[in-house]
Order: sequence, then C-alpha cells, then structure tokens
Amino acid sequence: MPDAAYLAAVLAIAFGITFALRAVPFAVLRTLRTSAIVQRLSLWMPVGILGILAVTSLRGAVAAEPHTTLYALLAVAVTAGVHLLSGRRTILSVGIGTTVYVLLVNLL
Amino acid sequence: MQTDISPQIAAPAPSPAPVTRRQQIAAGVRDSFSAGLGIFPLGIALGLLVLQAGLPAWFAPALSMAAFAGSMELLLVGMVAAATPLAAVALTVLVVNFRHVFYAFSFPLHLVRGRLAKTYSVYAMIDEAYAVSASLPESQRSAPRLLAMQIASQAYWVGGGLVGIALGSALPAPVKGLEFALCALFTVLTLDAFRSRAEIPSAVLAGVSVAIALVLTPKIALFTALLLFVALLLARHALIARRAAAGRQAASPAASRTTPRASSHAASHAAPQIASHAAPQIASRAATETVDA
Repeated sequence: MPDAAYLAAVLAIAFGITFALRAVPFAVLRTLRTSAIVQRLSLWMPVGILGILAVTSLRGAVAAEPHTTLYALLAVAVTAGVHLLSGRRTILSVGIGTTVYVLLVNLL
Repeated sequence: MQTDISPQIAAPAPSPAPVTRRQQIAAGVRDSFSAGLGIFPLGIALGLLVLQAGLPAWFAPALSMAAFAGSMELLLVGMVAAATPLAAVALTVLVVNFRHVFYAFSFPLHLVRGRLAKTYSVYAMIDEAYAVSASLPESQRSAPRLLAMQIASQAYWVGGGLVGIALGSALPAPVKGLEFALCALFTVLTLDAFRSRAEIPSAVLAGVSVAIALVLTPKIALFTALLLFVALLLARHALIARRAAAGRQAASPAASRTTPRASSHAASHAAPQIASHAAPQIASRAATETVDA
C-alpha cells in the first residue's frame, strides 16, 4: 500500500490543479467581459460543449460494456424521444433512457 | 456581469421561474436528481475501486472532497495503486480536467454573491453543474438554485463513495450499464441548450470536432474535441468580424453620415449580442425563446 505522504501529495495535486483550471479563467474573463469575442464564445459554446460531452460519454459507456454500440444508440434515441415528447422532463427522460440501456445490456 | 433577472423578458418561460429562496433551493435540488442518477452509481464504483486497488478506505471520501471531478478520480485510483510518479499524476489531472477552462465562459458565477459561496461554486463546477446551468434559460437561474444543485451533487458523489466502501466486496457485481445515465443526461441537456436555429453552426462545428478527435486521438477525445471546437469558434468569429468590416467598407463611400447605421446594421445581422454586455444577451435569449415557443 502506498504510504500516507504519497497519498496526501496526490490529493494536494488533484485539488490544486483542478481548482486552478476552474478558477483562473473566471479571473481572466472578468477583465475581458466586454470583448466581442468573449461574448460570442459564451453564447456559442454551451450547445457544442454539451454535444461533445454527450458523444464522448456515449463512447465511455460503450467502452465499459463492449459490443453494446447498437443498444447505446437505441437508448440515446429513446432518451431524446421521451424528452421531446413528454415535455422535457429531465429526470423522466434520463431515467427511462438509462433503464432501457441497463435492461438491454443485462437481459440480451 | 450584473444581470438581474430582467423584467423585460416577454417570452414565456417553459415553467414559472422559482421566486422565493425556498422555491429556488427546491428547484436546485430537483435539478440535481437527474445528475444524481449518474453521479451516485459512479460514486459507488469509486468506493469499490478504492478497496479493490488495496488503498485505505479513507482515500475515497478524501479524494472526492479534495477534487470534485468524477472521471479523473476513477482514473487516479488506478494510478495511485500503481504508485505512479507525482509528475505523471499532475500531467494526467491537467489533461483530463483541462476542459473546465472553457466552462467559465457560460457558467453563471456572476449570480453567486460572497467570497465563500463563489469559491465553493467554482470548486464544485463539475460537468453536470455546468451542463445543467448552461441549459437553463437566464430567467430560471439563481444563486440558491445553482448552489443547492452543486451541494446536492457533491452529497451524491461523496455518499456514493461511502456506500461503495460499505458494500466492499460483499456486493455480487455492480449493475452493468449504469454509466449510461451520464450520456443520457448530456444528451437531454444538449437538446435543452439547442434553443433555435441560431445554435446550428455551433452544433455542426462541435460534431466535426468530436468526430475528428475520436478518429485521431481516441484516448483523449474530449480534450482534443474541446480544443478543436474552440479553435473553430475563433475562426468563425474572425470570419464574422471580417465580413462586418467588409460591410462597413462597402457602406463608407456613400456618405460618412450613414456609416454608423450601416455598420451597426451589419453587426446586428452577424451577432446581435455584441453591442454591449448582459442586456443584449438577455434580449437574444428572449428572442430565441420566442422562436422556440
């Protein structure tokens, strides 16, 4: 088992770098708040970043359970369909989509 | 950016905005449920992994308090078990969490008052917190709602880790496929963030970025995709700026008096939000919501 000093160092590194990555951009952007480029980016980014997270997490789910690409795509379609048809209730859409995937992976 | 909830928003919100502090906190906790579906099982996985790797039980809650960042922590457990050099640990944390650099652009930290609350909100700015707040319309956001969502999410994460430790190896096998909840959440939030046709270029550029990243650098696809995406957005900005400048030049020979009007016309075509800050952003939000409704 690694010694406590090593573990403490890992915790300090994880905290320091993660917090800095999250905090420093706010400090930088505060001085650039009125710049056109920052304002455009803040409007343009969310949909793209969320889409990229959706795709890479889809790949992560498939990587965790190989040979389930079709099930995962089907579950994404179910999630999106439920969300658009049932009045955008996030918990319901995520719950049903995840249930479909878990059932497909474990029962088929 | 002191954008108070603007009274001039005419477009109907999808659901009535929570008004009292109590309602806002309740809304925040409700926001956290769908995120919790993904976070809690992942927390259990972290606890189980820590024990399986032969690390002390306290390392799971310590890790999820030190750095609140799910995927990175799961990765770190394996590295720590293998006694990876600290420099390699630092580099991994940097690359895996680098995406957070871009969240500051749209994360509504300006709503949060007070040094302590602001610090916590930044510390707890996980993907899910960014995703949920970025996909909420401006009128629905508030500091209590955001903080309640973040605190609840961290409770799921730390709690999940403790449950994982408690279950230890007693659990037969964790349910397979639960990690799909994260993918489902991001899918749903992408749909919510897609408010109008104005979002199409960003969505297309993001699609191109992630496709290229998956092919070229599958192991760090998220990292590459975000860098590419931002690079493409910068190119798009440059293109629009140049077109606006060309429009100004075309208009200027006519008469110097008409130039300001022509240029502001061009700018409003290109991007209605750039004139000054906050207020026009709300206006464009309101406009896109009208299109939605």
